[in-house]
Amino acid sequence: MILTALIAVLFLGGGAAWFSERRSPGTPRWVAIITLSFEALLAAGHYARTESTDLLPASLSPVWLADFSTPWIPRFGISFHLAADGLSLLLIALTIVLGFMAVSSSWTEIRNRQGFFFFNLLSCLAGTVGVFLAVDLFLFFFFWELMIIPMYFLISIWGHENRTYAAIKFVIFTQVSSLLMLLAIVVFVLISHNQSGLYTFDYFKLQNTRIDPDLAFWLMLGFFIAFTVKLPAVPFHTWLPDAHTQAPTGGSVILAGVLLKTGAYGLLRFVIPLFPEAALRFAPIAMTLGAVSVLYAAVMAYAQSDLKRLIAYTSVSHMGFILLGIFSWNLLALQGAVITMLAHGISASALFMMAGALQERLHTREMGNMGGLWSAFPRLSALALFFAMASLGLPGLGNFIGEFLVLLGAYKVSVLLTSATAVVLILAPVYSLIIIQKALQGPLKIQLALSDLNRRELTSFSLLVFITVWLGLFPQAVLNVSEPALKQLLQDFVAMEHR
Amino acid sequence: MNADQLAALAPIITITGAAIAVMLAIAIRRNFLLASGVAAGGILLSMLALGLAWPQSPAQVTLLMLLDDYALFTMALLLVTGLAVLGFCYDYFKDREGENEELILLLLTALLGATVLVASSHFAAFFLGLETLSISLFALAGYPINRARPLEAAIKYLILSGVSSAFLLMGMALIYAQSGELGFSGIGHFIANQPVMNTVVLGGVILIVAGLGFKLSLVPFHLWTPDVYEGAPAPITAFIATVSKGAVFILLLRFFISTDSYGYNPLLSVFSVIAMLSILGGNVLALLQTNVKRMLAYSSIAHMGYLLVAFIAGGSIAPGLVIEAVTFYIVAYFITTTGAFGVVSVLSTPQTEAGDIGFYRGLFWRRPLLAGTFTLMLLSLAGIPVTAGFIGKFYIFTSGADGRLWGLLAAVIAGSGLGLYYYIKIVVVMSMNEEATVRKAEESSGARISSATLAVLSLLLIWFGLFPDHLVSIIQSVSNTVR
Repeated sequence: MILTALIAVLFLGGGAAWFSERRSPGTPRWVAIITLSFEALLAAGHYARTESTDLLPASLSPVWLADFSTPWIPRFGISFHLAADGLSLLLIALTIVLGFMAVSSSWTEIRNRQGFFFFNLLSCLAGTVGVFLAVDLFLFFFFWELMIIPMYFLISIWGHENRTYAAIKFVIFTQVSSLLMLLAIVVFVLISHNQSGLYTFDYFKLQNTRIDPDLAFWLMLGFFIAFTVKLPAVPFHTWLPDAHTQAPTGGSVILAGVLLKTGAYGLLRFVIPLFPEAALRFAPIAMTLGAVSVLYAAVMAYAQSDLKRLIAYTSVSHMGFILLGIFSWNLLALQGAVITMLAHGISASALFMMAGALQERLHTREMGNMGGLWSAFPRLSALALFFAMASLGLPGLGNFIGEFLVLLGAYKVSVLLTSATAVVLILAPVYSLIIIQKALQGPLKIQLALSDLNRRELTSFSLLVFITVWLGLFPQAVLNVSEPALKQLLQDFVAMEHR
Repeated sequence: MNADQLAALAPIITITGAAIAVMLAIAIRRNFLLASGVAAGGILLSMLALGLAWPQSPAQVTLLMLLDDYALFTMALLLVTGLAVLGFCYDYFKDREGENEELILLLLTALLGATVLVASSHFAAFFLGLETLSISLFALAGYPINRARPLEAAIKYLILSGVSSAFLLMGMALIYAQSGELGFSGIGHFIANQPVMNTVVLGGVILIVAGLGFKLSLVPFHLWTPDVYEGAPAPITAFIATVSKGAVFILLLRFFISTDSYGYNPLLSVFSVIAMLSILGGNVLALLQTNVKRMLAYSSIAHMGYLLVAFIAGGSIAPGLVIEAVTFYIVAYFITTTGAFGVVSVLSTPQTEAGDIGFYRGLFWRRPLLAGTFTLMLLSLAGIPVTAGFIGKFYIFTSGADGRLWGLLAAVIAGSGLGLYYYIKIVVVMSMNEEATVRKAEESSGARISSATLAVLSLLLIWFGLFPDHLVSIIQSVSNTVR
């Protein structure tokens, strides 16, 4: 039940935020904060109770911490089936933290129609939490689609100058690719129906389906494309720089921090476990795509003059690491991918908030128009430097652990690709430091009365700084949570290989 | 005809009676409210009469009509839609100068034609039903005779529909010449007993398909659609898009299943080409429109193409699933299309149709509920979850994948991508900030019936999108009766 509550609270809170606008235009943001706090309590309570597994059906392996299932559309064996393991729990925690950040960064930026804004923000988060919890393929697809529409509204109503183009591009890319996934899901279910005579969309039952290897390859490709568009990886990444650049700060935070992770989660949870042999055959191509994404996006990032566009490309580059790690399919690389997911969620969101804060003050995102800001915004600049360092992978901070583990794991699989990818350790400082150099150093170009970060912004940033340092110094706490889930995935894989 | 058969025929008789009652009411006292009230009462009575007919089904009434569960279910669907359209018509025409009462009469006769069509099991009933429906529609489309656009629409529809009826009759004649049968089951027996494919019968079926293709506005028989949709008054457009097309499609399905025409493989190739062209052509042409009614017209062409994909799958999968998929899609399409044109009709007046996309600029901030309803309808047309349209699309995918129609499914995916672009474009326009071009306050001018209808439609749309199971099990049980 608690799993359902995790989704329902966000939805209902969103509705409440929308209605509360009638009281006063500022109320919705408080409603959003209260909703997120309540959600955080629920999740924390859930985390505390993870020791007791007595609520679970006996058939389920103990890595699953909670399970809830009720029939939904019996005609096709579709059930409302949610389950959480360590992996989903970590990602939900990330979602909640970044939810707070998105509300905080929209606090003064969004002035029009706040009620509808926070409704969309919260329902997008609800869809994302649903994606992280659903273990029925139909339900998963349902939530997968559900998070797109609110994000579309966030971009198209509150975005910047070229928002319509960006919003439509975002919807069409994600929607068409997800239809490929729907087709793959349907064919997969029909095959299992032909074997067992029963319709089922259940993740656990479908894992036992035998598929003709050639067909399995195509089905795997359907899922893979949907997830790599969302991730995104080269060559499906072109929507991301546009969407990020045009989205309001809150939207960018959710997009970079959470929505991209759903793609990674999908690869990890569905693509490889459901189609192990096909994924194994495809792994060299997927890893190459990952390596190309890492390098290509890093070079592209360096070439940008728009601050948000630059950060968007760094996201693509980091997501390439995740793709590389997941398709290496060993514990080290997978752990690295999970840590990268979390650390990138935090650091990229922080950088976008930084860009948002600058835009709110300077009304520009062009780095050519900035320069010398260190003297104007000492606190903001120091924090910008910190997150740029995090993003380039400075040891001691979260991103370093993730990337290091991925490279370590991938080295066992492909020395060539790993060494090629490692070149990014040179490129990343280049694109990170260019931000500092262009925007913060040099002579001050703007003659305005500028105010540095206020207390609300400082609180948000310090929380993110704390998490980044904690992830960098004590990653073991996180690794312990995700380890059982990842080990189970690897075990299932071996079992299926030998079947 | 015995009492049981009479009871089975009660819904159709009631609708006929209602039409006569409206006619008499107009003769006694010309009052739009009275005429609409009588018609609404008649439709409601007819729905009650469905309850009377239910225990008798399946009942073969004379040679002409077969009232099985499926026919009764689709009749209920048509009647409910007719009632909704009646509501829109009332709000649209109530302030219009001139004589509006006959419009209600025509609506009832059109509904009569449609109900006969879905229950027919014989070429005679088929043709009579279709002509009753079509002839009423010409007059409905051109009802505001003092304006050029509706008249143009009526003439176009009249001429092309006449041509298509000619095709249809020729096809029937060819089949009759070979088989000596006019009843569907007789033709089915004849086809089953043929050792080799009978090319004359095949030619006849193709002519019938061409004739029905006109009514369904499938590419390449679609040329009339955008003009008629644009020219006709918005509530009438809703009627043409739903009741007329739906009834014809249901008939096509019934004809194919009861005559077992699926055996003719070349026919399925013809259908595949038509479906492909309709999906791609409809969506690509819709992209180019700046008029919402024309855009919805092209999108309806594409939707008929999607529906055909499930229909074609019948060549290789169990008919049960095909009927289920087609029927669910039609129900979802009815709700969505009625809702979308309902919104257009609330915004329109008999003087100016709300066709141009500029009409919708900033609608979200002027009339949020109306814009929200329209968004919901558009998302359902695009097949986004939480709406019935998504479950419909899921059915298309399921039946298409089961029938291994990969090429057509690829077209569906490409078409959905294109479709999304123009549906979202309307939503974008509605959410734009209203600029200097502030329209004069056109606040909800007492369109109460339409608003209530739209609210019910939205609720149904979400209900069937979230909890489709009840509807699915009803459709499943009635689908099994078709043979």
